[in-house]
Amino acid sequence: MSTSTTTIDDLFPDELFSPADGHGDHDPEANVAFGFWAYLMSDCLLFATLFATFVVFSGSFAGGPTGRQLFDLGGTLKETMLLLTSSITCGFAILGMQRQARRHVMGWLAVTFLLGLGFVAMEVSEFAHMVAIGAGPDRSAFLSGFFTLVATHGLHVMAGLVWMLVMMGQVSFKGLSEPVCSRLRRFSMFWHFLDIVWIGVFTVVYLKGSL
Amino acid sequence: MLGKLTLSAVPYTNPIIMGAVGFSVICAAVIVGAITYNRKWDYLWKEWLTSVDHKRIGVMYVILALIMLLRGFSDAIMMRSQQAIAFGPNHGYLPPHHYDQVFSAHGTIMIFFMAMPFMAGLLNLVVPLQIGTRDVAFPFMNAVGLWLTVMAAMLVMVSLGVGEFSKAGWTGYPPLTELKYSPGVGVDYWIWAIQISGIGSLMTGINFLVTILKMRAPGMTLMRMPVFTWTALCTSILIILAFPVLTVTVGLLTLDRYVGTHFFTGGGGGDLMMYTNLFWVWGHPEVYLLVLPAFGVFSEVTATFSSKRLFGYTSMVMATVAITLLSFLVWLHHFFTMGASATVNAAFGISTMVIAVPTGVKIFNWLFTMYRGRVRFTTPILWTLGFIVTFTLGGMTGVVLAVPPADFVLHNSEFLIAHFHNMLIPGVLFGFLAGYTYWFPKAFGFQLDEAWGKRAFWLWLSGFYVAFMPLYVLGFEGMPRRMDHYNNPAWQPWLVIAAFGVVLIAAGIACQIAQLVVSIRDRRSVVDQTGDIWNGRTLEWAVASPPPVYNFARIPVVHDIDAFTDMKERGTAYVRPERYYPIHMPKNSSIPFVMGIFAFAFGFAMIWHIWWLAIVGFLVELGSLIVRASMEDVGYEIPAAEVERIESQRFRKLDGMGVTQRAGRRAAILQPQPGLAD
Repeated sequence: MSTSTTTIDDLFPDELFSPADGHGDHDPEANVAFGFWAYLMSDCLLFATLFATFVVFSGSFAGGPTGRQLFDLGGTLKETMLLLTSSITCGFAILGMQRQARRHVMGWLAVTFLLGLGFVAMEVSEFAHMVAIGAGPDRSAFLSGFFTLVATHGLHVMAGLVWMLVMMGQVSFKGLSEPVCSRLRRFSMFWHFLDIVWIGVFTVVYLKGSL
Repeated sequence: MLGKLTLSAVPYTNPIIMGAVGFSVICAAVIVGAITYNRKWDYLWKEWLTSVDHKRIGVMYVILALIMLLRGFSDAIMMRSQQAIAFGPNHGYLPPHHYDQVFSAHGTIMIFFMAMPFMAGLLNLVVPLQIGTRDVAFPFMNAVGLWLTVMAAMLVMVSLGVGEFSKAGWTGYPPLTELKYSPGVGVDYWIWAIQISGIGSLMTGINFLVTILKMRAPGMTLMRMPVFTWTALCTSILIILAFPVLTVTVGLLTLDRYVGTHFFTGGGGGDLMMYTNLFWVWGHPEVYLLVLPAFGVFSEVTATFSSKRLFGYTSMVMATVAITLLSFLVWLHHFFTMGASATVNAAFGISTMVIAVPTGVKIFNWLFTMYRGRVRFTTPILWTLGFIVTFTLGGMTGVVLAVPPADFVLHNSEFLIAHFHNMLIPGVLFGFLAGYTYWFPKAFGFQLDEAWGKRAFWLWLSGFYVAFMPLYVLGFEGMPRRMDHYNNPAWQPWLVIAAFGVVLIAAGIACQIAQLVVSIRDRRSVVDQTGDIWNGRTLEWAVASPPPVYNFARIPVVHDIDAFTDMKERGTAYVRPERYYPIHMPKNSSIPFVMGIFAFAFGFAMIWHIWWLAIVGFLVELGSLIVRASMEDVGYEIPAAEVERIESQRFRKLDGMGVTQRAGRRAAILQPQPGLAD
C-alpha cells in the first residue's frame, strides 16, 4: 500500500468557492478571544517594561527609605490573598455561567467585586501611608518605579471592577446570552491575568525588596 | 477654568507661524466650504466618517498620511532653507526656539502621522482583499484606531497656533524634555499626540494579527499568503510587542513632568539613559514595522510587473520573519556613545550587521524576479527600482555606522541624518508611494496618470540624491545635526546644494498633486473595467474596482501562492457562481468618531492642565465603550438578491468584454467527458 500525504488541496479538491459560505464563514467568538489574548500579551509587555524599570531603579534610593524600611509583608500577604481568592471566586462565577445559573453568576461576581475592592482599598491605604511619611513617588527613583508599577496594576484592577459592574448589569438585564457569556469569559481572562502579574509584583517588589 | 491656557498662548506676533496657521485655516475653510456648497456633509458623515468598511478606513488613513506628508515636508523646506543661509553674520529667518520646533515636528509628523497612517492605510485597503475575506476581525476597533490617529495628528497641527511644539527632537530625550528644561507645553503636545496615536496603532496591530491568522480564505495556508500579507502579519506582531514599550516610556516621562517622579531626571536616583534604552527598544522595531510592509509592496509590484512568480517566495518569508526577530536585538546601536563596554557595543554592532543578511536576500529575490521577466516600466516598478539602488546604498552606510568606533566619530552628525533618510525615504516612502500608485485603481476604479507619476518619480529620486548626498559629506566634515546656525564656511556650499535637492523634491510633490488632479479629471479614460488592471497575481484583483462593500460575493478557495494567476490559468477566474447567499456585514457607527473627538479634548486638556475637561474626555471614552459593549445588534444583512443584483451588473460588464466563464462551462471542462472516460 502506498503512503499518501494529504495536502490542503485534498480538502477542497475542486471547489471554486468556500463551501461554508454565506453566514458564519468565520467564528467571531474565536476571533474576539484570540484578539483579547493578543491584547493581554501587549499588556504583558507593558508590565514587563515597568518591571524592568523597577528592577533598574531598585537600588536608587537617593538617600530615601528602602523597601525593607517601608514594606509591611504581612499586609501585602493579606492583599495577595484577597486577590488570589477573587480569582477563585471569579472561576466559580464562570462555572455558574456554564450551567446558565444566573443567580450563581451574580453572587460570585459580587463576591469577586468585594474582594477586588478590598484589594484596591488596602493598596490605596498603603500608598496614602507612604505619601504621608514622605515616601511618595517623587522621593526617589526607587519609589517612582515602585508606585508606577504597583499603581499600574492597581489601575488595571480598578478597570476590572468597572468591567465587573458593567457585566453584572448585563447579566441582570440581558441574561446569560451568548454575547454576555463571551464577555464574561474575556473578563475572567483579564482578571486571572492581573492575578499572575500580581504574583510577579509580590515576588519582585515586596519579597525581594524586604530582603 | 482653562488651566494654563490664555490668549497669550497664540503666537500672533510671529509672522511665520501666523502665516502657517493662516494657510492651514484657509485650507480647512476651503474644504469645509466646498463640502457645504456641494451639500456633501450628509454623504461624508454616513459614508465616510462613520464608516467601518476597511477599504474606506484605508483610504482615510492614506489621505491623512498625504496631508501630513505635505506638513512634514514644509518643515523640511524650512530647515533646508534656514541652513542654506544661516552662516556667519546671517542668522537666517528662524530663531533657535522656532527652528527646534520645526525639526521636532518634522520627525514626529513623518514617523507617527505620515509613515504610520500610510502603512495602516495600505494594510486596511489591501490585506482583507488579498486573503479573501469580507472584513477585518474588528471593524469597529479599526475605526476607533483611525480616529485616534487623526485626532492625535490634529493635536500636532493645533500646537502650531496654540502654544508651541516640542523643541527636543522627535525622540524627546531627557533631561531636555524634563519639566526643568522644557517648562512649556511643547513637550506635552508631543507626549499626548504620541500616546493617543500609539493606542490607535496598537489597535491596528491586534486587528490585523487576528484578521490574517483567523480569516484567510480556505486553502490559503500560511505559506500561500501573499508576501504583502506576510509583511503585514510581521508588522502587526511588531506593533503588539513594541508599542506598549513606547507607551510606558513616554508615560514615565509624563509622570516625571506631571507628578514629579524621578525616572529620567538628573537627581533623585533617576537615569536618563534608561529613557534612551527604552525608547529604542520600541524605536528600532518601529523602523522595521514601517519598512516591512514597504518590502511587501515591492514584492507584489515586482512580481506583477515582471509577469512572473516572485523569486524565492520561501526565502522572502524567512527573511521577513528573521528581520522581525532581529529588529529587537539591535536597539543599542542608536547610542553606542552611551559608554557601554566594548563587548556590549561589539555584540550590538554585529547583530546590526547581521540584519543586512536577510535584507540582502530580499534584494536578490527582487532582482532575480525581474531577471528574464517581462518587466513593464510602470510608475510602481520605477519606485521599486529607485528603492533597490538607493536603499542598498543607505544599507552600506548603515554598516559603517554599525561599527562602534566609526559610530563614535559619526554619531549625532549630518552623516546620520543622511543615513536614516537614505533608508526611510526609499525603504518606506517609495514603497508606500509605489503601493499608492499600484492599488489606487483598486480603491477608486480608475488609474493614476502614468506620465505625471513618472515625472514625480524622477524628481523625487534625483531630489533625494541632491538633498542627502551632501549631508554625508557634511557628516565627514564634522557638522552636527540640528544646527540653526553655523560659522564654518566649508559647510555652506553643501547646504546650498542640499536645499536645491529639496526644490527638486518639491517639484516632485507638485507633480504628484498634478497627477491626482489630472487623473480625477480624466478618470473616465483610465477606468479599471475588469478589476484587474495590471494583470495582477493575488486575490485583490479578483474583485471589481472599487470592490463592493462585501468584497467577495462568494469566498474563493485558494490553490496556489499566486491565487488569482492560478485561477486565470486554470480558467476558474471570473466564474459566475450558481447561487448567492445573504451576507452579514457590520453596521456603521458614529461612536468611533465621537471617541476621536473626545480623545482630542482629553489630550488638549492634559496639555493645558484643564482638569475638568480631561475628566469629561475620559468619562466619555469610558461611556462610549460601555455603550458599545451593550449593543448586541451591530451588523446587518445584505439579502442574496441584492448581492446577485450587484454581481450581475459586474458580470454584464465582464460579459461584454468577453472575459467571463460560466460555472457550467467550467464544469464541462473539469469533468471527464462521457465516452472518453474509459
